[in-house]
Amino acid sequence: MSGHLITVFVPRDSAALSVGADAVAAAIRAEASTRGLPVRIVRNGSRGMLYLEPLVEVETPEGRVAYGPVTAADVPGLFDAGFLTGGEHALGHGLTEEIPYFKKQERLTFARCGIIDPLSVEDYRAHGGFRGLENALAMSQAEIVKMVTDSGLRGRGGAGFPTGIKWNTVMQAKADEKFVCCNADEGDSGTFADRMIIEGDPFCLIEGMTIAAIAVGATSGYVYMRSEYPHATATLRHAIKLAYDEGWLGDNIHGTDRTFHLDVRVGAGAYICGEETAMLESLEGKRGMVRAKPPLPALEGLFGKPTVVNNVLSLCSVPIILDKGGDYYRDFGVGRSRGTLPFQLAGNLKNGGIVEKAFGITLHELLYDFGGGTITGRPIRAVQVGGPLGAYLPPSQFDLPKDYEAFAAQDAMVGHGGIVVFDDSVDMAQQARFAMEFCVAESCGKCTPCRIGSTRGMETLDKIIAGKNVDANLELLADLCDVMVDGSLCAMGGMTPYPVRSAVKHFPEDFRKKQHAVRVTHIAAE
Amino acid sequence: MTIVEDNRHLRGALLPILHALQEEFGYIHEDAIPLLATALNLSRADVHGVVSFYHEFRREKPGRHTIKVCRAEACQSMGANALVDHIKKRLQVDFHGTTADGAFTLEPVFCLGNCALSPAVMIDENLHGRVSPDRFDELAAETRANPHAHNQIPHALSHSHKGHAQ
Repeated sequence: MSGHLITVFVPRDSAALSVGADAVAAAIRAEASTRGLPVRIVRNGSRGMLYLEPLVEVETPEGRVAYGPVTAADVPGLFDAGFLTGGEHALGHGLTEEIPYFKKQERLTFARCGIIDPLSVEDYRAHGGFRGLENALAMSQAEIVKMVTDSGLRGRGGAGFPTGIKWNTVMQAKADEKFVCCNADEGDSGTFADRMIIEGDPFCLIEGMTIAAIAVGATSGYVYMRSEYPHATATLRHAIKLAYDEGWLGDNIHGTDRTFHLDVRVGAGAYICGEETAMLESLEGKRGMVRAKPPLPALEGLFGKPTVVNNVLSLCSVPIILDKGGDYYRDFGVGRSRGTLPFQLAGNLKNGGIVEKAFGITLHELLYDFGGGTITGRPIRAVQVGGPLGAYLPPSQFDLPKDYEAFAAQDAMVGHGGIVVFDDSVDMAQQARFAMEFCVAESCGKCTPCRIGSTRGMETLDKIIAGKNVDANLELLADLCDVMVDGSLCAMGGMTPYPVRSAVKHFPEDFRKKQHAVRVTHIAAE
Repeated sequence: MTIVEDNRHLRGALLPILHALQEEFGYIHEDAIPLLATALNLSRADVHGVVSFYHEFRREKPGRHTIKVCRAEACQSMGANALVDHIKKRLQVDFHGTTADGAFTLEPVFCLGNCALSPAVMIDENLHGRVSPDRFDELAAETRANPHAHNQIPHALSHSHKGHAQ
């Protein structure tokens, strides 16, 4: 074994770091040095099997062999078991790509994540990186926009608006300056795909944004990051610098007459800045207050100029479309939901992580075949799909296919693909109250239904939970929800009622727990 | 003032400057508001409005370490509410408060992007997953014992890539 260098992968993804990946990497380095073994450690992104993190992989002639979850204390035992040649160990999972959780996926957007060194342009290129951009540099603006339109790609941030149509509007707008802005303000609980791809394959985002800029005629762009993601921010800044150094950003991109300058801006803990117009205000250095639409950001966006605002996953899907063609991407999916979505399995699930699959997969498959049921071993009672503004669904709806239209028909949303699982210990009245409380904390305050409605909603739910005039208060709550849905300026106030209404509809018993107790007390008092 | 000079050329410079000030001093001092207003040709009300809008910007000097505990749904499903109660009791502080010895400031946060390994806590810039009450006690003790604890990413926030996309 001695003599030739063995490559060991230990992820640098935040989730892996959060359970000790740095200590594992240090232990492997120290142990290899003690034993005089030539080991090269690559800090890759995560493969997305977060339940196995820290997932250590060893390169062997047969492929990469996986071990996880590894702690620093496991490292001497792994060396004893000969893990550097793929030796058997209790933590071993065989070849990474044969692990069913991974093998059953359709990785288009996340094709490279976890495989490459995120900060190596060479590695990125060796795995197909920048091929889409090279194609785009040889195409007309209209041809690029047509290819993205033909792919059927829709905005992955939640709204599902066709990306090609948005780009076409910006392309046709006449202006002295245009922008491309990436919304990386991934504030929804249960979502972490933006963070993972930025940490695991940042050049993919840079490439997607550059293609968007060329397509619409923009020369500057910003990535709006969350302050809660310091590690992703640092990784992206480093990657942007490398891309400048190698001529993939800046003036005269790779010897052409195309120019694109890209910078990172960091938010400051305001959920509302995930709403595109609030994000633009924040990028301009102001309070993140939602703007009325129209005008659309595509025509009057950042600093009043035509602006493409896309989510991270939308932009990260663009390179493969430009590389392999719109048809290739469109052949995945169902109905009007084309391509793949990286679903994020979160909360009380045994096997949490990223599952990238074509649209059409059911919640049941995601929760049980991939997720393996709850980590607590209790039955799943409710799942929240699409973040804090998404509906709570009961098990009777788990056969719903993941498709924008099928979910919308049930007053639910696919959103950004986040799925949060609760077992039967959850109190759904408390979850409904939390939805209102969250809106109180995060409303920008511009429109009354959201600013005041959320506070009144929280108070009304407190009365219901306390068993006071439950019927009348539930009616009042329903009325208030209607006002918020119909009267709010954006999705913050407009969709906060979704988790509330769905909780009341599917779990009515949780809203009447105290009612009975209160009635008994009253009778006793009389 | 060099922080202001280094960043004032940026378009929409106020947020990057506020981040840089907070990284340098730990909070935004009241005296900075008129200075920024003058430097950026804004009213003091504009600057105050921005500082007070964003949860991240602090107006008072924080403890030596900041603990952010996630209160969002995925972490709730794995016992975040009980963890929050434990932390408040253990540190003897409420949210936004600083411990009597000045070691920790406790902040609530909605989502740290570690939702498959809930509950999540961030101490300074180090993210921790599957944090049980016992694990929290260990982490707090380690942080207290090692005041210059290794930070995964120093200076990630204010270090703007200068010279581009101004």
